[in-house]
Amino acid sequence: MTRYVIVGGSAAGLAAAETLRREGYDGTLTLIGDESRPPYDRPPLSKQVLAGEWDADRLRLRTPADLDALGLDLRLGVAAAGLDTAGRTVRLADGTSVAYDGLVVATGVRPRRLPGEGAHVLRSLDDALALRGRLAAGRHLVVVGAGFLGAEAAAVARGLGARVTLLEPAPVPLAHAVGEAVGRVLSRAHLEHGVDLRTGVTVVEAGAGGVRLADGTVVEADEVLVAAGSLPNTEWLDGSGLTVEDGVVCDAYCRAAPGVYAAGDVARWHNPLFGVAMRIEHRTNAAEQGMAAARNLLRPEASKPFAPVPYFWSDQYDMKIQAYGYLRGHDEVGVADGDLSSGRFLAVYRTGDHVSGALAVGMPPKAIRSWRQAITTRTPWHDAMGAVSVN
Amino acid sequence: MRVELDEPKCVASGQCVMASPEVFDQRDEDGVAVLLEETPGAELLDGVREAVAICPAAAIRLVEG
Ligand SMILES: Cc1cc2nc3c(=O)[nH]c(=O)nc-3n(C[C@H](O)[C@H](O)[C@H](O)COP(=O)(O)OP(=O)(O)OC[C@H]3O[C@@H](n4cnc5c(N)ncnc54)[C@H](O)[C@@H]3O)c2cc1C
Ligand code: SF4
Repeated sequence: MTRYVIVGGSAAGLAAAETLRREGYDGTLTLIGDESRPPYDRPPLSKQVLAGEWDADRLRLRTPADLDALGLDLRLGVAAAGLDTAGRTVRLADGTSVAYDGLVVATGVRPRRLPGEGAHVLRSLDDALALRGRLAAGRHLVVVGAGFLGAEAAAVARGLGARVTLLEPAPVPLAHAVGEAVGRVLSRAHLEHGVDLRTGVTVVEAGAGGVRLADGTVVEADEVLVAAGSLPNTEWLDGSGLTVEDGVVCDAYCRAAPGVYAAGDVARWHNPLFGVAMRIEHRTNAAEQGMAAARNLLRPEASKPFAPVPYFWSDQYDMKIQAYGYLRGHDEVGVADGDLSSGRFLAVYRTGDHVSGALAVGMPPKAIRSWRQAITTRTPWHDAMGAVSVN
Repeated sequence: MRVELDEPKCVASGQCVMASPEVFDQRDEDGVAVLLEETPGAELLDGVREAVAICPAAAIRLVEG
């Protein structure tokens, strides 16, 4: 009897499991996850959960009944500890092992930590509840890293009345991702909401009572949150023969080796739409790639390249930020609608001769959709921007 | 089959509209999803199932009835 195994019980792993069933696979389906909770959603952790608006139940990705209906051999609370690709077995931390005919690696990422003890990170539900319990009006939170995660946490903490210091090594937060002009607009919101934003500041140590900067200065705090990027969970693949380079390296079909696929935050695959290898830490990508990997695993003869337009959103204060495409390494940013100073705009990105991305704040869905289409169809920049000036 | 939309969970991603434009649309003011068909015909169910699967907020369910 065939057995497919999925390692990682979150967005990507669940999407892979559901897709295998939906596409008619009725053999054994083993889902291994080291968290003991059934699959739950992470984006609300730095939003509604941290704000105390939602309880843990609302994060369930599927109802118990829907999960039951998948007929999984569900192994929660146990980590995969090793992979033997020649013998096609996954070794578990409890000493048992599971043989597979096909495998999906969906082990995600974990927060990068800094030297020191007692600082918070924000990846799991327990992380979010722990930080939530320590935030209150008048308490001082230091956030290390002004990326999307750090920015969301800072915004929520301000909403709770906490004093917030946001430390960022780059001169302009998020500039590497969204460009300097847009990065400046997004960081202005922190200043307007009373966050003490300090840029060009490198933190070398983060502990329970504060952080130490590269120049020796100590910034004291009641709580410290380190939001300084993440590391793919690939150690369990050491010695498996899979290529790991900041993620599990896959081809355009999300395939890492014969019978082995990867999906979600942990996967680095070749996206033929943009012609580059990418690893994407976005919620929609986890689901879409889990589905794509499952389909290619089930029907290798009908394999389709995974060529999505990446998408993410972020909620900060009253801003809803939405971005499509691959903004990294862009050559030019233009404003297609609204204006940057108004807090309501649509910025578009050029890479080479093509439209490669779009980022919107406060724009109606239809305005964004046509730019998503332009990215999908690789519309030349001059055609797309020509249409803007005519309007 | 009936479609359920948990509106407060919706993050306005528009994935459902792309998967199943006959059944979903988005409000102009905030992008939150709206149901065009609560009980879509059988020919639309594949699209709805796709929407359920890719909705990044787990805000859509397809239930009996
Ligand atoms: C606080 C927060 C806010 C976010 N907000 C947004 C947002 O607004 N918009 C957006 O687009 N994205 C957001 N994201 C990103 C999004 O949540 C991720 O892209 C998504 O969770 C990736 O899913 P995944 O299944 O690939 O990986 P993960 O969710 O990381 O899941 C991997 C699972 O595998 C488990 N695992 C790891 N190693 C092993 C092992 N050896 N054996 C067994 N199991 C293992 C992990 O414990 C975890 O349960 C946010 C993430 C966080 C943490
Ligand atoms: S896919 Fe989900 S989150 Fe996105 S618009 Fe539709 S219902 Fe809302």
